[in-house]
Formats: sequence, C-alpha cells, structure tokens
Amino acid sequence: MTTTDPYATADPYAQGRDTTEGKVFTVTGQDWDSVVSGLGDEPEERIVVNMGPQHPSTHGVLRLILEIEGETVTEARCGIGYLHTGIEKNMEFRNWTQGVTFCTRMDYLSPFYNETAYCLAVERLLGIEDQIPEKANVMRVLLMELNRISSHLVAIATGGMEIGALTVMTIGFREREMTLDLFELITGLRMNHAFIRPGGVAQDLPPGALDKIRDYITWMNKHLPEYAELCNANPIFKGRLQNVGYLDLAGCMALGISGPPLRATGYGLDLRKTQPYCGYETYDFDVPTWDTADSYGRFRVRLQEMWESLKIVEQCADRLAKMEGEPVMVADKKIGWPAQLAVGNDGMGNSLDHIKHIMGESMEALIHHFKLVTEGFRVPAGQAYVAVESPRGELGCHLVSDGGTKPYRAHFRDPSFANLQAMPILCEGAQVADVIVAVASLDPVMGGVDR
Amino acid sequence: MSDIQPENLPATTPGGDAQTPAAEVVDQREGMFGVRGTGDTSGFGGLRRQVALPGGSAKPYGSWYDAATEKLESLVGDGAIEKVVVAYGELTLHVQRDRLVEVAQHLRDDEALRFEFCSGVSGVHYPNETDRELHAVYHLLSITHNRRIRVEVSCPDSDPHIPSIVSVYPANDWHERETWDFFGIIFDGHPALTRIQMPDDWPGHPQRKDYPLGGIDVEYKGAVIPPPDTRRSYN
Repeated sequence: MTTTDPYATADPYAQGRDTTEGKVFTVTGQDWDSVVSGLGDEPEERIVVNMGPQHPSTHGVLRLILEIEGETVTEARCGIGYLHTGIEKNMEFRNWTQGVTFCTRMDYLSPFYNETAYCLAVERLLGIEDQIPEKANVMRVLLMELNRISSHLVAIATGGMEIGALTVMTIGFREREMTLDLFELITGLRMNHAFIRPGGVAQDLPPGALDKIRDYITWMNKHLPEYAELCNANPIFKGRLQNVGYLDLAGCMALGISGPPLRATGYGLDLRKTQPYCGYETYDFDVPTWDTADSYGRFRVRLQEMWESLKIVEQCADRLAKMEGEPVMVADKKIGWPAQLAVGNDGMGNSLDHIKHIMGESMEALIHHFKLVTEGFRVPAGQAYVAVESPRGELGCHLVSDGGTKPYRAHFRDPSFANLQAMPILCEGAQVADVIVAVASLDPVMGGVDR
Repeated sequence: MSDIQPENLPATTPGGDAQTPAAEVVDQREGMFGVRGTGDTSGFGGLRRQVALPGGSAKPYGSWYDAATEKLESLVGDGAIEKVVVAYGELTLHVQRDRLVEVAQHLRDDEALRFEFCSGVSGVHYPNETDRELHAVYHLLSITHNRRIRVEVSCPDSDPHIPSIVSVYPANDWHERETWDFFGIIFDGHPALTRIQMPDDWPGHPQRKDYPLGGIDVEYKGAVIPPPDTRRSYN
C-alpha cells in the first residue's frame, strides 16, 4: 500500500468508506480526530450524524438524525419504530380483559395510565361507568399517582445522568425503587401489572399495604426536597437546562404537545382538572406550572407535580383506611372477573376460597367463571375515546367494538409519540449537547411511541 | 328475517331519538366458536348475527351538540356532514372526504367551535363496508369550551385517498404517517407521507383486517397450540 489511509489504520472502529451519499464514518466516541483528519484538505462542514438507536442518551431505541455544522445542529429528525411490537394489532385477537395485559406494556414507565385509559374506554362502551365501586376508583387513583411519581423520578434521574449529574440518577432510582416496592406489594409485579381491569381492579389491597403507603409518604417527604436542593439553584444544572429546548404555548398548541412541556409554558392544562375521571374532582391538589417554556421549566413542573401526587396519595390512603372490605370489582357477575388470587405454598394461584365457592357451593358462580374465562364478555358495538392525564400528557384510547368478545380496533394516542414531534423545533439551531437535554425534557418513552 | 338480530344494541326503533340511534350494519358474524366446515357438530356454526354500529342520530342531539353542529353546518353548507352520530355520550361527525380540510379549518377557527387540539388520527378497517372500507377517525378537543368531538371520514379501498389536515393541525403529521403505515390510507397533501413504525421497505399495511397477525405453533408437552389468529375462539 503506497497511499496511507490514516483513519483505516488508526482505529478499527472508526473506519471510513465512500458511498454515493458521500463519506460514511462509524464513530463510537473519542475518535473524532480520525474523522476530522479523514475529511481531507477540503472538509465539508455539513455532517449528518446518526445518533442512536442504541445510544445511551436517547431514551431507549430512539434514533436521532442530526445534520450538524461544527457543533451546531442545523436540522434534526427522529427515526422511530425500533420498538414497534404490534400491541394494537395483538389486542384485536384477545378478549377484552386480556387487552389490559397488552396495553400495560406500551408505555412501560406509566403502565397504570395505559390500563386506566383502556379500561375507562371499555367501561364507557359497556355503560358501567357509574357502577365502578368507589374503592376501585380510589385504588386506581392511588396507583396512578404513585406511578406519576415513579415516572417523573425516572425522567429526572435519567435526564440528570445524561448531563453528568449522577447523584440525581442514583437518588432518583432509590426513590423509584420504593415506589416499585409498593407496586409489587399491591399488584404482585413491579411493571406490566395488568392490575386495573374493566370493571374495577384485580385484587383488594393486601394486608399491611396502608402502613407501607404511610411509610412511603414519610420517606418521600424526607427525600423529595433533596432533588430541589441538588438541582434547583445548581449553576451547572441551570446552565445546562435554562433556555434549552424552548417551545412556547403557540408551538405546543400547534404540535399537539401536552403534559409537562405544555405546563412549563405557564398554561395549566390538566385533564384531571378539566375532564375529571376516577373521581379526581374530589381530591385536593394543584396543577403546577412554570413560565420559562424551556427544559428547566419542565424539570421544575415535574418536581412540583411529584409533591402534588404525594398529596393525592395521602388522601387516597386516608380514604382506603375507611373502606376495608368494600368491593373492588363491579357487581355485575357477567362482567366482573370472578377469580380472586391468593398466595399458596406453591406460589400465586386461584384462591382456595374461590375454588370452593365455584366447585362446591354455587352453580351460577361456576357458570359465570367458566363463561368469563373461556369466552369473556361482549361489549356493545360502537366506539369510545377516553383520555387520561399521564405523566407525559394526554393519553387517549380509541376503542371500536363490533359487539364481540374482542376489541375490533384499539388505538392509543400516546403522549410520547405526539410530544416527540417537537424534537426538531427544540433542537435545530442548538448545540449537539443541548439535543440530549431537549429530548430528555420531553421524556419520551419508546415503548409508548412505537407501541 | 326474524332469525337475524342486531346484536348487543339497545332496544331501538329505527330513526329514534339521539340516545338510541338506528343501527348501521357493517358485517355479519357467523358461527360461535370459530369452527368452520364439517368439524362443527355443535350446531352453533349456523348462527348468523348482524354486526351493527350505532347509526345516524336524529335531531335534537341534546347537550351542546345541536348548537355546535348547526354552527358548523352554517359555515360549511349542506352536504359536507354526511351523518351525525351521538352514542355513548360522544358526538361523531361523518364528513365528506373532499370537504375535510374545510371542516377542520372551521372547527379550529370558529369562536363557537374552537377545537384547538387534535389528538391525532386513528384508522379503522371495515372490510365488508363496500366503498367505505377505510375510516380515518380524528379526535378533537376544544380547550376553550372543554368539549370533545370525533370526526370520521371514510374512503373506498380502491381509492384510498383522504386529504391531509396537517395544514390545519400540524400535530397530525406523525399520526397521519402512522395511519398510512398501518392502513394504507394516502393523506393527500401531507408534507412527507412515509412509513413511520414499519421499515421503509415493508410490504402491506399491518393493521388492516386482511393482514394476518402471524405467529407460529407452540408445542407444549406434545400438545400444539396454534397462534392467536388461527386459534379457535369465540367470535
């Protein structure tokens, strides 16, 4: 070889090759020198960088296509679909109750919202919205608000980690772990719960859960201020977040942005207040807003929302304390899933009391159990759209029924999907490092984006 | 035909009041357990039931629906709104597809309507509704008046074109791409109608009813369980 090819020999991971589109480099970090020297004497300033889909700072399998000039991003686009699992299509082949098992896996950081949106839509079609037991509603609100805390903690923790604030990450996951412990205690699982069912919830609160919730509230009251102390006035944190990812109210409205990015523009739109569901109108809480419309504002909104959620959790705990033994599933035996689960010496299974009831005591109970488990219930034909305020914004569920035992069509308007459309407008003109902050401030969850 | 019963509908007289709309038959359900041919000895295989969605409602619709639809009708003239359906406490406007952009513009801009927020578009495929196989369903939210409305547009499978409303609601950009990807509805005027979830070279549109779910048999202790879309199940 007479010609020397500096980037071919210097680093096996940063080799260049010529394509019809121009020179292509595979860069894995710390080898920009080889790229720069590889550009030759007349370097083309415009570089197209593929960030992701396996990049640690892009929140799962999000692919960002950035056109950069020097350090400035001139154009930015999202490539999504890497986590598309066909959840909506799969739901068309399972019965209405099984649908919960699928939709809980969409936005895996806020599974209870997926479940609630879906169940509320099924309940609207069934015409049983008014018959949901009070205790089931309180438990739904409890789980959703705990979920909002755990989801915001991940948003803040990963967002912090991406800009180098590792302590924010470690303490964020510490508190999240406490929340997941509660989920595990109440539902049996840390995620993918399928706990909220059409007609109510799957199980009553286990013994001792209220004490654990009170311990949790005490713990959070002690530790939530740490985030504010670490971040709120931290000059590095503010320097990285302030005026980054700016999107004002008009931009949010045009792009259909909801949730914390919208509330960070100063407009407190929250479906829990404007179109309450599950009895949210009976709880005392505020909708925090911020007026800077930037990443810092979104952080502050999330931080404050965790306090509000904690207030609601406390109210739920007070109510649940007075509701011992009340039903958690709709009384209609043709809809309410009959089986209660219990932990035996070989793991979790049908409760022996329930088996005794259907096998030895009540023929009708056996018939209802058999019909619901094999066939499921039928839902009157028609369509419904129900939206709930998830940690990321408006999570809508559009359900179409043809009167059968399975959804004819289930579609979810996921807030991550809609909010991610704002990525180009947040990033273009900014520096590459700001892209990370801006995307983190939208808090997209790819499971929800791709479904 | 006394043996064909519209299933699971509220007892209704055709063209009744708004809350019990006349049914619109879109399909026929056959059998009971998904068994076809001679394998069915249950007798349920002969069952024929109509699949009927809530049909058009007659005035008055109740609530704020009358004022809103009248206002919209006065703005867009006759013929744009094919049908108004009030069911489950939700208002659905079936709109002529070539008038969609105009309707959306008025829904967004008129002070009495003011639906500022579009929650996207969702496709629905009704393979047996001749010349109306593909539906695009838009959900709009009026933050000013705190109302929701559903706009439904249909197009035949042979001519799957619906005008894009990205010019009115930029938020619909990705949603329309998704509906194109999954249902094959071409949104005319969309700035870049490309696939969004499936790979660019994917053949077919996966969420149409004629597109199989896919999957393989699962064997467990000698028993073979077919994939969900070929498994016997209640229909």
